Amino acid sequence: MINSKKLNKRLLVLAFVLPALFFYGVFNLAGIVRTFYYSTLDWKGISANKTFVGLENYIAVAKDPLFWNALKNNLILVAVSVFIQIPCALGLALLINAKLKGARFFRTVFFMPMLLSTVATGIMWILFYDPNFGILALLIHKLNLPISTAFLQGDRALPSILLVICWQFIPFYMIILKAGLTNIPEELYEAAKIDGANSWQCFSRITMPLLIPTIRTSAVLQLVGSLKYFDLFYVMMGGAPNESTELMATYMYKKGFTEFRMGYGSTVAAYMFIICFVFACVFLFMTRKKEDAR
Amino acid sequence: MKTVKHCVTKGVLYFCCFIVLIITGFPFVFLLTNSFKDMADYLQGVWDLPDKLFLGNYQAVLQPDFLRYFLNSVIVAGISVFVIVLVSSMISFAFAKMHFRGQNLLYFIIIAGMMIPVHTTLIPTFTLLSSLGLRDSLIGLCGPYISYNIPISVFILTQFFREIPKEVEEAAIIDGCSTFQVFRKITMPLSSAGLSTVVVYTFLNIWNEFINANILIDSAAKKTLPLGIRDFYGFETVNIPAVLTAILVGSLPVIILYFCAQEKVINGLTQGAVKG
Repeated sequence: MINSKKLNKRLLVLAFVLPALFFYGVFNLAGIVRTFYYSTLDWKGISANKTFVGLENYIAVAKDPLFWNALKNNLILVAVSVFIQIPCALGLALLINAKLKGARFFRTVFFMPMLLSTVATGIMWILFYDPNFGILALLIHKLNLPISTAFLQGDRALPSILLVICWQFIPFYMIILKAGLTNIPEELYEAAKIDGANSWQCFSRITMPLLIPTIRTSAVLQLVGSLKYFDLFYVMMGGAPNESTELMATYMYKKGFTEFRMGYGSTVAAYMFIICFVFACVFLFMTRKKEDAR
Repeated sequence: MKTVKHCVTKGVLYFCCFIVLIITGFPFVFLLTNSFKDMADYLQGVWDLPDKLFLGNYQAVLQPDFLRYFLNSVIVAGISVFVIVLVSSMISFAFAKMHFRGQNLLYFIIIAGMMIPVHTTLIPTFTLLSSLGLRDSLIGLCGPYISYNIPISVFILTQFFREIPKEVEEAAIIDGCSTFQVFRKITMPLSSAGLSTVVVYTFLNIWNEFINANILIDSAAKKTLPLGIRDFYGFETVNIPAVLTAILVGSLPVIILYFCAQEKVINGLTQGAVKG
């Protein structure tokens, strides 16, 4: 009697757990395992010929200058995200947090870039950047400015795309930081005002220290997001980023799905996984230590 | 003196707001005004309001193909969100309300999935669905969409479920409810805020998703909206106003959702991410 009750309970747990575990296991867990398995194969996509080559792919990728170039672009993206997007987002968050008339309206509009899909954003900006008929080109022609309108060519492609990424994601971090600002109790500022603190002192002594946890969260999101970034670079470079706009993810895509070198592509993916993991752990470890020391 | 300074500060702040307003909002106004121009009008005055309402762009966009993409997106997002909410809330219920061996470990393994970049499992997803014959099908596309949104949904829902006082459920059990009934009639209705966050977050994620759809879907009849917009751009590259119209029409559902339930959308997008 007791045994059957126990059995029933176990079956009940299984019934609740298994459906989600099925999807998660098949795609995520088995996916990771198979990425690492494929990464040890010499495998040209469609053909059934797979040869086990051990760590050969890992050595080849580590010697591949194009992979290092892609990683370099990822790190540029990380730097822009953390050092440009977050300060700008903080500025905007303070702006909509200031008691201005119409603050709600401003927030509504400021957030709108987040609503477009990356494909829509990418194509819209390709049209804005169009060297002959884009709004920027038309503006430059009208004002007779001596600026080349080839925004997405050569070395200028990377900064042009980074600008679009800023346009799309700053509003997002603005909202996250705004939520952090809202959580700071008003009384602290009132007390500081009574003690004679000016605005700058309020900001540097109250706002910033209390906002550090939120900023840390944003930075982690930026870090992981930037290391795995794909969409806008792929769309805006017409599906074929060149050396100056190649990222790890687009390089993986190129190897796996354009050249059908599934083994090599999987190795790039495995490196991405390891790099994301290590970066996130190091970052969390570093910031945690600071907190403990305080 | 103080009021003068105050006024100047306010003025500067409003000026900043105005600048940002143009940077963030102008592209949307631009999409709207230029969707009513033909290419000649567009070139004559990109900044002007259209002097006559030209509807040719909307005619070009609202073709059966585009409606098909739209419908495909609705189907994929609908099925995926439904399954995500169902399975995630069930396993979250197990995490929050039941006790079993390996519970914490399993929870950790699932939550750790939030740190796995989708791109690292792209090739296995591709080969798996190919071998099952589910590549290039809407159902196949739902697979990765569901699995990749499970960790974040479980994370949000488990927190919500834990906050429901035990007494409520115990009372229900004394009144003769089975565990399933508690789940369906007590826990779920009391967590509507958490559930709506999950729905909004996963819906927007899936509606705008590109990379999986790009590798998994080939045939035109099964493309989702982001792929469709990209195709439309491929055909109509030289007709800038038509492409702008396609972008506007394709984004309209999300924009409408945003204006109807702004707080929900903002909360859904940011909470989902912050907790992730």
